[in-house]
Amino acid sequence: MTEKAKVKPGRRPVSAKRREQSRREFLRSSALAAGMVGISLLGLVPLIGHSNARLRPPGALKDRLEEQELLAACIKCGQCVQVCPVEAILLADLTDGVGIGVPYIEARDQACDFSCDGLQCVLACPTGALTHDINYPAEARMGFARLSRPDACLAARGEGFKGQARGPDFQGKLRYEDVDRWTPIRVADYPYDLPLCDLCVRQCPIEIRIAQCAAGTPPSGDPNQCPPRQAIRLEHSEDGRSAIPVVADGCVGCGVCEMICPVDPAAIVIDIDQSADWV
Amino acid sequence: MSYFIESLRQLTGLKPAKPQWEALPVEVRVVYDEKRREKLTKEQLRALEERHAAASHRHKWRNRRWATLVAVNLLFVVSYQLDIQLLEGALTAARFVGFHLADLNAALQVMLAYKHVVLNLIIGTVTVAVLWWLLGGRTFCSWVCPYHLLAEWAEALHLKLAEKKWVKDVQFHRFVRPVLYLIFVLLALATGYTIFETLSPTGIASRALIYGPGLALLWVLALLAFEVFVSRRAWCRYVCPIGITYGIVGTLSPLRVQYSMQSCHYEGDCRKVCLVPHVLDVTIRGRARGLTTDIGADCTRCGLCVDVCPTSSLSFKIKGLDKAL
Repeated sequence: MTEKAKVKPGRRPVSAKRREQSRREFLRSSALAAGMVGISLLGLVPLIGHSNARLRPPGALKDRLEEQELLAACIKCGQCVQVCPVEAILLADLTDGVGIGVPYIEARDQACDFSCDGLQCVLACPTGALTHDINYPAEARMGFARLSRPDACLAARGEGFKGQARGPDFQGKLRYEDVDRWTPIRVADYPYDLPLCDLCVRQCPIEIRIAQCAAGTPPSGDPNQCPPRQAIRLEHSEDGRSAIPVVADGCVGCGVCEMICPVDPAAIVIDIDQSADWV
Repeated sequence: MSYFIESLRQLTGLKPAKPQWEALPVEVRVVYDEKRREKLTKEQLRALEERHAAASHRHKWRNRRWATLVAVNLLFVVSYQLDIQLLEGALTAARFVGFHLADLNAALQVMLAYKHVVLNLIIGTVTVAVLWWLLGGRTFCSWVCPYHLLAEWAEALHLKLAEKKWVKDVQFHRFVRPVLYLIFVLLALATGYTIFETLSPTGIASRALIYGPGLALLWVLALLAFEVFVSRRAWCRYVCPIGITYGIVGTLSPLRVQYSMQSCHYEGDCRKVCLVPHVLDVTIRGRARGLTTDIGADCTRCGLCVDVCPTSSLSFKIKGLDKAL
């Protein structure tokens, strides 16, 4: 009877069974909500120790390993992926947690060689996660190249290079102006014959741009980008038989040197926690 | 106005309002009284159902909808694979022949997390809001969302298993969805990350179609398994904030499913096939508020009820157009 007394006047009395049902419904509904929130918060785990930090496309909103703005601003649509002429951009998987669907570059497989000239990924980005504040490749700050294995470097060993830079099966592409101004081709289709290996300098998009500027033919005929600061050079030994690649403050961290380096693993790599502005 | 408020009530998980008998319009009460006196016999009802089941238009709207859903998603895929640049991007944000489009919920998450909005995102968001305002709001769910189609097939499997009594539909309170909506909004705002996007099967499925499959599909499979074995259409019914976002747009939309109470015999088939059966509570005897009642904005305009109704008491209507014509 005490149960009935609780019922407000004017309402139909609720049976004990009915009340038990709605109590259970409330509990399992709360469990569902808590479960979903819990699972969604797991997405933050890869942020610990910046384990989901990666080499990002040009203009990505990041400060060293801190990528909060990039991950927040990115709408995960992949429009940057679609416009890249060398298909350098990939989208992160679930293992990146809240970084899912955010673009990144695997430089050793396919670096950004700026063969689009106009930073197409930046232009395609609908949210400014790749900031529209930059106009030219030289303004990008993706990372910074570092000679990680100087003793493996062919130039440092005084060796030349002959053949396909990454072997016949390598799928990576670069744009070679002397072959086709507009269409990138496979690196495997462009064999080299060098008395002293200088691939990292030779293929550096910034160095190529400097040469174009010097020749008076910058991309799109736009002189505002001229000349970019030097990114990498070979410093020859006294006897002139060997040389060592030296990265300069014009390096944007595009990763072409890491991609083209013929030794395995690459002697030169991109550090994503460094950039020309921070070193 | 009452449509707007009733729609919002249902979107926030409240039970549809039950009108008092005395408050019903006279003509509605007359029809209800007439029907009480002259009920169809069981044989008549069965004949009606059988005639309808054999009709050629039995799956008209479902077929149109599946074709649309597949076409839209294929357009994304083909556009990228063949590089024809017609519809670039994915369902979270895209460009249609160069014009920006942004999914409203994805855009909301980005705005809350990033706290800056660039012009392109505003253009995309407004365009999509206007588009889905015209097309019915949650129409996005059933006519475009790729997860919806997968979930529809999972639902068919669930119903088959349930028929054999191998599984039982565990129901939750619909209040979970608005609560989660609020939580996802607050999480984006507080953490500065688009927390919901990690879970969104819409984004995951769309990207997997366009850019190739990844581990994230395992999460989609887990959701589907939950819906097959535990709770019918659980993600769409109790969790997905995208549905609420588009539902709110739909409260003002002129495109609705309309219930005409005069021809209805209360078989209840419409509620059995519906993703959001509470919106069809007006089809219960005594619930219709007028000779015609518009179904609330939580309705995804999927047309399953229109297809299944043996007496054509449910139909698509564009508000204002019947007067204009």
